[in-house]
Amino acid sequence: MSNRRRRAGFAKVMGLAALLMISLEPAHAQDDLPPAFDDPSRIVTIGGSLTEIVFALGEEERLVARDSTSTFPPEAMQLPDIGYMRQLSPEGVLSVSPTAILALEGSGPPETIDVLAKASIPLVLVPESFDREGILRKIRFAGAVLGENEKAEKLAAAVSQEIGAAEALTKDVALRKKVLFILSMQGGRVLASGTGTAADGIIRMAGGINAVGEFPGYKELSEEAIIEAQPDVILMMKRGGGLDADDSELFANAAIASTPAGQNKAVIRMDGSYLLGFGPRTAGAVRDLATALYGETD
Amino acid sequence: MFSAQMVSPRSLAKAPEGDRSARARLVLAVLALALLFVAALSIATGASDASALGVIQGWFHQSGEATLSDRDRLIVYDIRLPRIVLGILVGAGLAVSGALMQGLFRNPLADPGIVGVSAGAGLGAIAMIVLGGTALQPLAAILGIYALPLAAFAGGLAATLILYRVATRRGQTSIATMLLAGIALAALAGALSGILIYVADDRQLRDLTFWQLGSLGGATWAKIFAAGPIILATLAATPFFARGLDSLALGEPSARHLGVPVQRLKMFTILSVAAATGAAVAVSGGIGFIGIVVPHLLRLLIGPGNRYLLPASALLGASLLLLADAVSRTVVAPAELPIGIVTAVFGAPFFFWVLLRRRGILDL
Repeated sequence: MSNRRRRAGFAKVMGLAALLMISLEPAHAQDDLPPAFDDPSRIVTIGGSLTEIVFALGEEERLVARDSTSTFPPEAMQLPDIGYMRQLSPEGVLSVSPTAILALEGSGPPETIDVLAKASIPLVLVPESFDREGILRKIRFAGAVLGENEKAEKLAAAVSQEIGAAEALTKDVALRKKVLFILSMQGGRVLASGTGTAADGIIRMAGGINAVGEFPGYKELSEEAIIEAQPDVILMMKRGGGLDADDSELFANAAIASTPAGQNKAVIRMDGSYLLGFGPRTAGAVRDLATALYGETD
Repeated sequence: MFSAQMVSPRSLAKAPEGDRSARARLVLAVLALALLFVAALSIATGASDASALGVIQGWFHQSGEATLSDRDRLIVYDIRLPRIVLGILVGAGLAVSGALMQGLFRNPLADPGIVGVSAGAGLGAIAMIVLGGTALQPLAAILGIYALPLAAFAGGLAATLILYRVATRRGQTSIATMLLAGIALAALAGALSGILIYVADDRQLRDLTFWQLGSLGGATWAKIFAAGPIILATLAATPFFARGLDSLALGEPSARHLGVPVQRLKMFTILSVAAATGAAVAVSGGIGFIGIVVPHLLRLLIGPGNRYLLPASALLGASLLLLADAVSRTVVAPAELPIGIVTAVFGAPFFFWVLLRRRGILDL
């Protein structure tokens, strides 16, 4: 490969890095959108929410592959799966002959990103945050690189309005409920969400309070910490396949049983990618969660 | 033959086949051919339809070079070829390290991990994955994408040096002490890793799991230039270990009477195994079973004489790892299965089968 091209590839990577830094700055979304791909005819999306957005934009015929986190809509499952977003194989990605890649921040590993830059396949990393702005930014990024800014603005406006309406459902609630999100229960050990997670974001948007605010990420919660947290409601993912902790297992845990959630048997189960995806469907998830928490408020 | 005399008394009692060096030479030749074949197969297969044949034709026809797409050349030269070279180095390094350890510890269960290198490398890698964005950020920023392999290598070597110091008294290294101290060190490294895992976020946890499962993905020429010399140096040194390790099979006092510089042999063996395994683990993560299965398989074929066992282990280790990698690259294409899963899924049942069929024969 010629030196010049290598330099060009390098410049592209640096440009992306710079882009990423800028877009992590709080929302002046319009200004720092990436330029459109030269050839957006064969796209790989990495990150479930981005795949959903491309479908929502009606541009799905451009997609040639997806990563393993892209499971919605069902038609997406028919695309070849290039693996987990942080363990992409360079040849696997190249084998679907993409002309451009749209990836969620954190996709990798860096070696694969290097090879893709060397192959002169443009790649845009989209930053993620678990709030309304984060979703709108993903939509605008996707629209910008596909050269479909107008469609994207329309979708963004619709999604923004829907989310606004969903959030408004709970704005008059006087008594906010404390929600404990349980990622998994392995042998009675509770893995719960702290702050900075998608679960934390959706609880906030649905007008709830995360019952655990002391640590970032997902951590095992001690029995005493559960009692201390006094959750009003338990929120879990619906996975199916009999792997879920059912109610009897949940309330067999003495600590959970003693909380208000345990006494009222208040458990909400929602589909994982719907609840935590932070894509176009999130407004619906907010509405469903808000309704499940506070009932029909309007 | 000297190597033939070095088999253990038990197998002598069963009247062994006698001199197996002719057979060993044949096996070596077959293994070398097999490695060539597997390497050719590896370069020709992958997730994409890039044609290695086309690239090779390009060598002979100047004009053909132009017809080849950039993409195919990139896939063959920058993805498959480095991966194959790395696979050969790692497979050979791990298998030879395993054979050396089994010889040194006179224990069929010994694998390179026994000198603490795996535990240390794991701790180094986990520390870099979890703390790379915070406490180790300056280091990670300087080293870039080589931060993780370097941390693993440094961790592995440090663990071995500690063990070696602990086990060496008055210039004599006690193998038993080293074994026990290794268990203690592994427990300690496991605990420290546990603390890091506890503070890790879910994304780091995924990275960590994948690292522990191993992969030859992300092979680059830079990685080969970094790890290659270390592994090659160990491979080149093995002929000098072979006689000494054969004598050691009779026990340390006997070896000493035979004129083997036992202490020096131990030191060099341990350090070169640590360096080679550390380098292999650093560039490919945790790949199990090659270090145990390969030498045992070969002992069944050509006997325990290290003169043939060590080079044969290198060849078979390289072939098996390449084969496993070919499976990992193609079975879920365009995604990729971690290679540690492939080696364990095929290695463990196979090993089990060997144990059941030939009970007792593996007691060195």
